[in-house]
Amino acid sequence: MLRILHQIFRTGVVTEPLPAEVEAEVVMVGKRLEEAVRERFSRSLVIREVDAGSCNGCELEIIAMNNPIYNCERFGISFTASPRFADMLLVTGPVSHNMEIALKRTYDATPDPKLVVAVGDCGINGGIFGESYASLGGVESVIPVDAVIPGCPPTPTDLLAGILAVITAGKEQDFV
Amino acid sequence: MNNLSEQIAARFGADAIRGTGHFPATVPLLSIPRDGFEDAAILMKKVGARLAAQWAVDETTMGRAFAVIACYALESDYLLVRCEIPRDDPTFPSLTKKYIPAFRFERQIESLMGLVPVGHVHSDHRPWIKFEDWPADAWPLRKSFDPAQKMPRVPGEYRWARARGEGVYEIPVGPVHAGIIEPGHFRFQAMGEDILNLEERLGYTHKGIEKRFEALSWKDGVRLAGRVSGDSTVAHALCYCRSLEALCGIEPPPRALWLRAILLERERIANHLGDIGAVANDAAFAFLLYQFSRLKETLLRLNRRLFGHRYLMDRVVPGGVAVDLTPEGTEAILAELDWLTDEFERLITIYDLNPSLEDRVRTTGILSADLARDLGTVGFVARASGQPLDCRVQTPFPPYDRFPPSMTVLNSCDVHARVWVRVCEVRDSVRLIREFLATLPHGEILAKSIPPTPHASGFAVVEGWRGEIVYWLQAGGEGVINRCMIRDPSSVNWLGLEQAVLGNIVPDFPLCNKSFNQSYSGHDL
Repeated sequence: MLRILHQIFRTGVVTEPLPAEVEAEVVMVGKRLEEAVRERFSRSLVIREVDAGSCNGCELEIIAMNNPIYNCERFGISFTASPRFADMLLVTGPVSHNMEIALKRTYDATPDPKLVVAVGDCGINGGIFGESYASLGGVESVIPVDAVIPGCPPTPTDLLAGILAVITAGKEQDFV
Repeated sequence: MNNLSEQIAARFGADAIRGTGHFPATVPLLSIPRDGFEDAAILMKKVGARLAAQWAVDETTMGRAFAVIACYALESDYLLVRCEIPRDDPTFPSLTKKYIPAFRFERQIESLMGLVPVGHVHSDHRPWIKFEDWPADAWPLRKSFDPAQKMPRVPGEYRWARARGEGVYEIPVGPVHAGIIEPGHFRFQAMGEDILNLEERLGYTHKGIEKRFEALSWKDGVRLAGRVSGDSTVAHALCYCRSLEALCGIEPPPRALWLRAILLERERIANHLGDIGAVANDAAFAFLLYQFSRLKETLLRLNRRLFGHRYLMDRVVPGGVAVDLTPEGTEAILAELDWLTDEFERLITIYDLNPSLEDRVRTTGILSADLARDLGTVGFVARASGQPLDCRVQTPFPPYDRFPPSMTVLNSCDVHARVWVRVCEVRDSVRLIREFLATLPHGEILAKSIPPTPHASGFAVVEGWRGEIVYWLQAGGEGVINRCMIRDPSSVNWLGLEQAVLGNIVPDFPLCNKSFNQSYSGHDL
């Protein structure tokens, strides 16, 4: 136990303070995210992640968004196991033929109003997997998409910025 | 001399014909008559070889029909045994009587190539990867199949293994799981809290990768290989490149070989760090998850700064590497390794001295040594169950031949063993990277490309962080990929998970699963 406490105090808070270079973006984006989440989602934006057939690269970065350095929860963003509680679906692609039905069901299970964000080059247009008997291409070929976040895979900073862009756009929907 | 090929040659005599145009020469390709295919398996089993992979190829464009190839491995020897299958009788002798991994290999061959295994020990012809709502005659790996077609859905039902009896119930899980992970379906038969049976149903992320290769150029192929399983992008790209380089006779310059090994070990460290923390988290010890993910993130950031990509995608290319390392970069890596070692050892002490964590990880999810061997498991899963398998040690390529990795083999076969093998490997990879940096040769990082000889084939194995990856590339006509066979470690290791959870309680499944952490995408292709 002493070792654990020692390690905790030694490490301190690693969550980005006001770091240099690109990382400054995290905090800048984060501040605006926090405001937008407070305003439009009653301080809590809940996301259900759906892997619709990805290579798992995008999942690595979505997981990294939750690590103590990016710590997306401080901006009011959390991930849920159930689509029933979700405000947003974060979908990685390409959508495989074998995941098409599961993706549609997850979409239907998510209450309105909802946002869908297609993540990664493959989620946008199928990427290197293209469209074939097994790959239906981008997420939009199966469910309506509100925004996309390009990248292979998009970095955690790209993801935060992408989420910010989608929740500050399209103000006509009322999520509160 | 290759001991396995001598055995086959002695048994089959003039009936075993050594294929020309297959590389490297150290891994022979022997063609034998179809009716001897199972005899060859019996012989290989007798000498203790494992069935590393089994696949089919459509050689229509080369003026032949189909062929089925079995890849056997014993210590440093690999051997490919091939038999031709006529078009009017698309059947082949099943190897399931001798080899358990053949169950899934053959279901996959039947589903995707439409060749039927005869003499299957349980007559299991249920589709695998292919789903029951595909048309029965949709065999995507056949040349006659148009990959651009939209597949219709037909009615069909998957036959699950069922347990019956008072108090027995079933838990279906997935394909959309609770966490941020890949999709797959698990069906548990349980009584009380005990798992009676687990049946995996994979294939949800099937993207038609093997077929897709056939539409790409050799150069673009490496980008696809790097996305077979995103977390193993270096290992897959490297294995693709090594099979292509064997096929074409390309020798990457020494500096490129060293840099590739550095990238491969960095990928190993990053994944091991993330997963050690994730296993602890699944035993409700979140402290280690956050601590280890902090270390992993630091590594990823340095990757981006030095090599331009956090996960090192597209840095390994045919003929060498796409990025060089500056002397400042070397210094940065060395400084990072010093810091990492210090942090890592503090955390490992905490892992090791925590009784409540120990209570969860020890004697949980045991995969016995016999099963690990019979299922053909590879990588850290196999090494945690007493199997001394590591391609970096057994079939080393430079610089591993000069700096052999030290192989950690444990015998407790539980969740803890699978974690501890990876702890030892982090330490060893740190040592290896230091050795590679100290001896990094000067010079070019890219060899001149040589086009593949039509109809030639190339084979390679690479020890990724999960274990042995196998690639077999076959050239068609001018500039065309006729077949790219990929066997990710997950294709065999998923079998291990089904066995390891038996008799455990349902709430320990996530812990067992995380200790294997196999790839869905790498398996489903």
